[in-house]
Amino acid sequence: MNPPDLRVNLAGIAMKNPVTVASGTFGYGPEYADLVDLNRLGAIVVKGVSLNACPGNPLPRIHETPSGMMNAIGLQNPGAPAFIKTYLPFLANYDVPVIVNIWGRTIEDYEGVAELFEDEAGVAGLELNVSCPNIKEGGNSFGTHLDLFAQVVSAVRKKTTRPLLVKLSPNVPDITVFAKAAEQAGADGLSLINTLPAMAIDVETRRPRLANVVGGLSGPAIHPVAVKLVWEAARAVHIPIVGMGGVLDPEDALEFIIAGASAVAVGTATFHEPTTVLRIISGIEEYLLRHNLKSIAELRGTLKTGAR
Amino acid sequence: MNTQLEKAIIIKNEPWTPEYHLLEFAAPGISQQAAPGQFVHMKIPDRRDILLRRPFSIFKANSETLSILYKSVGSGTRHMAQLLTGQTVNLMGPLGKGFPVPDTNKKTLLVAGGYGMAALYLTAARAQAPGLLFAGGASKKDILCAQDFVELGWDVRLATEDGSCGMRGLVTTILDAWQSRHKESFEPELFACGPTGMLKAVAHRAKEWNCTAWISLDHYMACGMGACLACVQKINRDGEERLACTCKEGPVFEAREIIWEES
Repeated sequence: MNPPDLRVNLAGIAMKNPVTVASGTFGYGPEYADLVDLNRLGAIVVKGVSLNACPGNPLPRIHETPSGMMNAIGLQNPGAPAFIKTYLPFLANYDVPVIVNIWGRTIEDYEGVAELFEDEAGVAGLELNVSCPNIKEGGNSFGTHLDLFAQVVSAVRKKTTRPLLVKLSPNVPDITVFAKAAEQAGADGLSLINTLPAMAIDVETRRPRLANVVGGLSGPAIHPVAVKLVWEAARAVHIPIVGMGGVLDPEDALEFIIAGASAVAVGTATFHEPTTVLRIISGIEEYLLRHNLKSIAELRGTLKTGAR
Repeated sequence: MNTQLEKAIIIKNEPWTPEYHLLEFAAPGISQQAAPGQFVHMKIPDRRDILLRRPFSIFKANSETLSILYKSVGSGTRHMAQLLTGQTVNLMGPLGKGFPVPDTNKKTLLVAGGYGMAALYLTAARAQAPGLLFAGGASKKDILCAQDFVELGWDVRLATEDGSCGMRGLVTTILDAWQSRHKESFEPELFACGPTGMLKAVAHRAKEWNCTAWISLDHYMACGMGACLACVQKINRDGEERLACTCKEGPVFEAREIIWEES
């Protein structure tokens, strides 16, 4: 039997398989290149970059929880110009689509950083991180306020011709409202979910575990939450979805595909085992063979919800 | 020198002191490359609910094996105490930039607080000439491996806060006493690993004595590869102030480049 066709066209981004990495968990490429052959990834989503360099939050920035971890790194990054100069040439050595995660604190920031990548041939697409506060609007998060959300997606859409993915926050009452708003504002695809807002306290010292007090929870602990939201979003929109949240085993990735995602991203599990992403790719292939499926597309959105 | 993932086989996992355990692995890929002050990042076996690896300073290393010392305190290290000889463990390493080779024109002074002693052992074992080890802790149980340094021919000076071993007081007190007696005859080079308070005190002395100090820092880390940016340290190198990953550019930094947090 021929090997199954793992290729995915994600909103115009040609992926050789449906597996990528979640922004912020894989650096900018070189960090894991000794341990993981980057050419094998479906795409690489780099850590979020902003127009200007950002120092991030004070330490401690992470805290481990059962089957998960919390982080409040604070989007530390060298700024888009430094990223372009330092990392894009490195990534150009590999045959892998590069998706740049971008963020800002004002609409103008977002527009500015999106525009910078228009001239960069090595960028296959942009992923919009909307889970940061808008400093002009009193710190309301772009990701959880529908008006702001629609505004920022439209604004960036006007500034970029690249495939535009919008990464959704799980912290909303109805994910379908935001999924549809993104589609309407011109998004080419959705990434979900971002981390869940979380907090932990050291009872001996009565201090928060993170210097930022609150952070984002990731890892297998949030996987079922993510599957539910991907399933809901997939039914609400016609644009492709990258499912993420707690993928540790091939089965976790397959759940997202069956729920309707076109691709999946491995995040926190890379810290557990850097080669997880490769194990997920071969696990998906084995599954397709075992179920006599010719392509990953045949599996997408095939959840059976009728009588058992 | 490449970081690798290796299936290490446990050779020994036994009590070392009342509080610490020694864990020794057959891990030739990593152990052959291990340099003083580097660390390994260990996946807790059979516990996928414990997501993050645990970083451990390399204690001893030869061409076939390496060992670490650990204290059974949290979910991960409690599970480690249950591991059996013959079991395999997924190790990532060697990681980080360790201690440089001691300058033979200077007097090598190692300064250790508690667990920090383990991270300094390879520097002593591979030094051309023996120097001095100043080691301290709250009490006798915190002095982990003084005898191992004595066997290398090193001059070991101890201090404990409760006086149960060596002089009563802080390790910096005995270091100061030695320095004031010998400052005319030797230029010291300091190598330090221990709690942050002690490291700051050593860095302060390096400035005061106008000598070089190599400081091994310890911050919570997730990836160990410079990707997650959990363990950053503000440094000033070549006139540029920036954040450096302790896991990748450290854990060892030169004292004068570290910009300490106010506390």
